[in-house]
Amino acid sequence: MSRDNSFSAVMARKAEIIRNAVGVDYHQFESGSIAFDYERMMASTGYTLEDVAEIQRGFAIGNTPLIELKNITSLVRKLSKEGYGARIFVKDEAANPSGSFKVRRAATSIHHAKRMGYRGALSATSGNYGAAVASCCAKSGLKCIVVQECYDSRGVGQPEIIEKARKCESLGAEVVQLSVGPELFYTVLRMLEDTGYFNASLYTAFGIAGIETLGYEVAQQCRTQLGKDPDVVVCTNAGGGNLTGTARGLMKANCTAQIVAASVNLKGLHMASDTQFNKKSFTTGHTGFGMPFSTLPDRSDVPRSAARPLRYMDRYVTVNQGEVFYTTELLARLEGIERGPAGNTSLAAAISLAQELPEDAVVVVQETEYTGAGKHGSAQLSFARQNGIKVLLGNPREEIAGESIILPAHPSLLRAVDVDLDHMRRSLITHAAETVDHAPTEGDIAFLAEETKSSTSFVLETLNSRKS
Amino acid sequence: MAKKGDWVRIHSIILTPEQRSAAVPDDTKRVPLEQWTKGYLHADATLSGEATVTTRTGRVVSGTIVDEMPHYTHSFGDFVPELQQAGDEAFALLFGGDAK
Repeated sequence: MSRDNSFSAVMARKAEIIRNAVGVDYHQFESGSIAFDYERMMASTGYTLEDVAEIQRGFAIGNTPLIELKNITSLVRKLSKEGYGARIFVKDEAANPSGSFKVRRAATSIHHAKRMGYRGALSATSGNYGAAVASCCAKSGLKCIVVQECYDSRGVGQPEIIEKARKCESLGAEVVQLSVGPELFYTVLRMLEDTGYFNASLYTAFGIAGIETLGYEVAQQCRTQLGKDPDVVVCTNAGGGNLTGTARGLMKANCTAQIVAASVNLKGLHMASDTQFNKKSFTTGHTGFGMPFSTLPDRSDVPRSAARPLRYMDRYVTVNQGEVFYTTELLARLEGIERGPAGNTSLAAAISLAQELPEDAVVVVQETEYTGAGKHGSAQLSFARQNGIKVLLGNPREEIAGESIILPAHPSLLRAVDVDLDHMRRSLITHAAETVDHAPTEGDIAFLAEETKSSTSFVLETLNSRKS
Repeated sequence: MAKKGDWVRIHSIILTPEQRSAAVPDDTKRVPLEQWTKGYLHADATLSGEATVTTRTGRVVSGTIVDEMPHYTHSFGDFVPELQQAGDEAFALLFGGDAK
């Protein structure tokens, strides 16, 4: 009997398709109201941190170098007041097999998929995660499909996404490319149903558990190399998994570093817009994902996302596109390390944050990513120019996403700008309260305090102001 | 003319504008959701003709042939003088000397 593959019919089968493709019944974690048992879901993988580290060692993942950026630190000190300018370190995650930290996320999923007897895995991603899944599938003898949102309706593809397609294919994956639109999820559901493959979602507990080793390594390496813990760890924030996993790993190492999220500011650009798709020069690590996924984490492709960044975030800053391209140039020219731009979002923020801290403080930037054709400052800036974006040196504060990209005319003009974190917390609480038609229970209130790293009084205050 | 067994890229329409989700912005709703993938041709076919392929994972997909033996042409882009200038000036600021 043939299935009804219309948009509405497939979306109506979503829960069943995802359950079969992830092998997890999410109902077991639910309370029936707003709250769910997040820690039980995280523990349900059955893999401890040490198990995950061992799985990753089998894929030659992890134990990447923690590199002190001495010259960038010197530059920062030239810009700081006397005695200020923290030491900046970067975790060179580009040294992983697939060229980014994302392979940590893929390893546990693919190991588990193989163990569960799936013949292949599917991943919906336009980012580095595709190559990460393809890399782990190649080593595990599994088939792999990567589904990308890549082209606008003129058939013009984002160069960075095209490069990622090439890399996925080189690692053996079938790459399915789509034009702009959130219905990508619909095509993913159809393919999962047709192939019976594992859904290597970015947002399962398997994925997030994989990143915990990154945070754990940061703490251990700081202790071994510096004899102290990091004071600040900066994480590029998009879907929230990078920050969530890193923070959880730091906590498992009993490290209390401040956790700062950093995103590229793409204010004003609509992520599902066909005409604005190629007006942005970053395909990830930006506010277009970072903001909505923080305040509405369950908008992901699984019923309950394991990436819940507001649980761990102490501060959230944005930097502009020009500042990240500039930072990418600094890393190459002052440190001799050429890496991809998007992975340097948190480094751009760190250059600004380090100026607020004393010289003996340690700021860790927890990732880099590989670079190459398409995934390079010159490729992205040329593409921006072709799409009518002005590229210039000047004051990055005057940059308007979709109209201009302004590289700082002097490093002192690079500034991380704070996001109102309490506003985001209130937004999460309000969204959550709207999902039920009754007053939040006591359990819900405690849950929302954890969800927002706030307090029950903050949650109650937010809920009360909503009513008035 | 592509021969049976050739590696080709095919294009298809997944959703027409009328079939698209109500949640998409107006400019996106005006155009169809399109798909491209690659596979081995089932039978001889002409470029722009309808064809069926088997993909690398063994899926059977139909569409219009848009490319035979597709390859990548993405690059490092054009010379971007602003990037070089920014790097030169930062180098001079830190290590001394002229930026040019």
